[in-house]
Amino acid sequence: MNIIRYIIQKEFKQIFRNKAMLPIIFVLPLVQLIILSNAATFDVKNIKFAYIDNDNSSISRELVEKFDASTYFDVVSNFPSSKLANKAMLEGKVDVILEIPSHFERELVKNKKADLSVSINAIDGAAAGVENVYINQIVQQFNRGVQVQSFVSSDLGNLPQNIETIPSFWYNETLNYKTFMVPGILVLLVTMITLFLSGMNIVREKEIGTLEQINVTPIKKHQFIIGKLFPFLVLGMVLLTVGLIISKLLFQVPIVGSLTLLYFYTTIYILVILGMGLFISNFTDTQQQAMFIAWFFMVIFILMSGLFTPIESMPQWAQWVTEFNPIKYYVEVMRMVMLKGAGLSDIYPQVLKTLLFAITMNALAVVSYKKVN
Amino acid sequence: MNRFIGFIRKEFYHILRDRRSLFILFGMPIVQVMLFGFAITNEINNVDIAILDHSKDTNTKKIINKIAASQYFSVKAYLNSEAEIPVAFKKGKIKAVLNFEKDFSKNMVTQKVAKVQILTDATDPNTANTISNFVGAILQNYQQETNKGINLPYQIVPKTRMVFNPELKSVFMFVPGVMTIILMLVSAMMTSISITREKELGTMEILLVSPLKPFQVIVGKVIPYILLSIINAVVIILLSIFVFKMPVQGSLLLLGAESTLFIINALSLGILISTISTTQQTAMMISLMGLMLPVILLSGFIFPISSMPMPLQLISNIIPAKWFIIIIKGIMLKGVGLAFVWKETLILIGMTIFFITVSVKKYKIRLE
Repeated sequence: MNIIRYIIQKEFKQIFRNKAMLPIIFVLPLVQLIILSNAATFDVKNIKFAYIDNDNSSISRELVEKFDASTYFDVVSNFPSSKLANKAMLEGKVDVILEIPSHFERELVKNKKADLSVSINAIDGAAAGVENVYINQIVQQFNRGVQVQSFVSSDLGNLPQNIETIPSFWYNETLNYKTFMVPGILVLLVTMITLFLSGMNIVREKEIGTLEQINVTPIKKHQFIIGKLFPFLVLGMVLLTVGLIISKLLFQVPIVGSLTLLYFYTTIYILVILGMGLFISNFTDTQQQAMFIAWFFMVIFILMSGLFTPIESMPQWAQWVTEFNPIKYYVEVMRMVMLKGAGLSDIYPQVLKTLLFAITMNALAVVSYKKVN
Repeated sequence: MNRFIGFIRKEFYHILRDRRSLFILFGMPIVQVMLFGFAITNEINNVDIAILDHSKDTNTKKIINKIAASQYFSVKAYLNSEAEIPVAFKKGKIKAVLNFEKDFSKNMVTQKVAKVQILTDATDPNTANTISNFVGAILQNYQQETNKGINLPYQIVPKTRMVFNPELKSVFMFVPGVMTIILMLVSAMMTSISITREKELGTMEILLVSPLKPFQVIVGKVIPYILLSIINAVVIILLSIFVFKMPVQGSLLLLGAESTLFIINALSLGILISTISTTQQTAMMISLMGLMLPVILLSGFIFPISSMPMPLQLISNIIPAKWFIIIIKGIMLKGVGLAFVWKETLILIGMTIFFITVSVKKYKIRLE
């Protein structure tokens, strides 16, 4: 027990001695949490809107005004021809072009129906879909306005039947992205720090040659490993704590559920990550290799975690792959516990799977560690 | 010059001898592009929803069938009371509950309006919003069908054309982004670590006292990585064309040239990182911790930059990846030429010169 304590002491000293690393470990993640949480939003705002009004009638002007008044659209300009408008779209200056045909008002009065052409830059398909919904809403509202004005009271009996939808957004009424993203980004930062540091740690001793020296001392392998990894567990916990405080104070993210449960789960989770780090260490000869591998898994874990894009939308095989992604479970648990107040019985499957990973990963790491020597 | 070529050759052998690293360098990007190209999408598909039907009449049944038939939703559960809603949400699978009011059909006829509540788990605002919109659209469709025969006066009908990506494929968004992330991080990481490695092991001193000029040492170390990264870029571009059916509307030559420019930019950033760090660990933490998330989040890869708050939009300008993503989307999807992306190109060139100048200055200091 004493030996482990000495190793832990030595490791902590080593971490705190490296002055260049301290800001990277403690400040960089938190600065990123504070800054980047503001970037992660799928809100579609400030849509660059242009129009070509070939009719120039009171109705067409009224319609354009409706777009101008909407908070989603920024009216960039009025183009005299669609050729110029299309060029502006190629240059990226315009996202949406509304073209009002000539005789628009006449058509509407005569046939009670008129067409509008709308072009949307659809490279970002999701945003284009949302923009399309906004445009339809504005036009429909405009339609209704015209209809109400023209309705005669005798038509009332013949009124169309309506289905009224009442949306109600649970757990996040204002659809605030930060509430959704901050817990997830915190997960990434805790994971990255613990994985990268632990993954490099032992391989570094190998590369420099100090591992040989430790191997000839009476220190047992498990003592060495526990002593090596424990400081990173502490580091992860400190990061989580500061991150939670920032989430609460700065971003007003609700913490509905139990903090104890959150810490309990995080402990198991960090064990998984440390096991991975150790495993990577064992299978590489240089820090460079260790880093590439850690990076490889990290990018996959991040992008397939459901943090930025929904897992349900992935093809079935990919959903199977995500079953082996610890970050996915951590993101789920963070959001479920913090935002919805889920209890142990709700996150039971995640806890169980993570525990299983922790045991497997660390067993593999310890076994392979012996083989190497 | 001969000595210089000899040095480059030595560096090449050095890289080629390390089979494991090579395997990682070439294997990783391929696996990642394939995985992400197929898997990552922010389209909404097969969302699990539950139904709470207080009315259970012909109209609600028809509506439920319509919703279940759409590709967006799968009806996973039928609830019996409001009390079951939070339980369903907390398990995390059910993303929305449709709550039909009592006497739905009767209200439709007598009051001319019937109500349905769309309760969504809005911890994910994007999904919640989209679900709400899609259910709304399906209901409107249904309503129009039942109202057939009643003439609605004055209809303005927008005819929408989706430009550059008519099928709204999200792969068009993600492939350029994944390509950018891989090129940026692999390149920056490679140089930053390989140069600090020499420093840490003490061999850099030896190189610097050799007859090669410091500048030559750096260039010599970087050239093999330029070639490796170009091979990486070619593989990724081929995958995106043949596997993901990404169009290359513009010039392939320009695409190649811009990719090379971006690679050199990333490599020189790596050199800059190596000048400010003394150990591999620091170098790698800066390039991984410092670059990964900002590149993913601030480049416009997943989240639209125009929706970010102003200060962040300004910060995004210093992320080289942002400009490269604009360039490749322009060339591949819009088919524009240099005339349309010269500004972005100049910015990348300017950044590269800046990284190199600062690095060279720093190295001079080290030599004194």
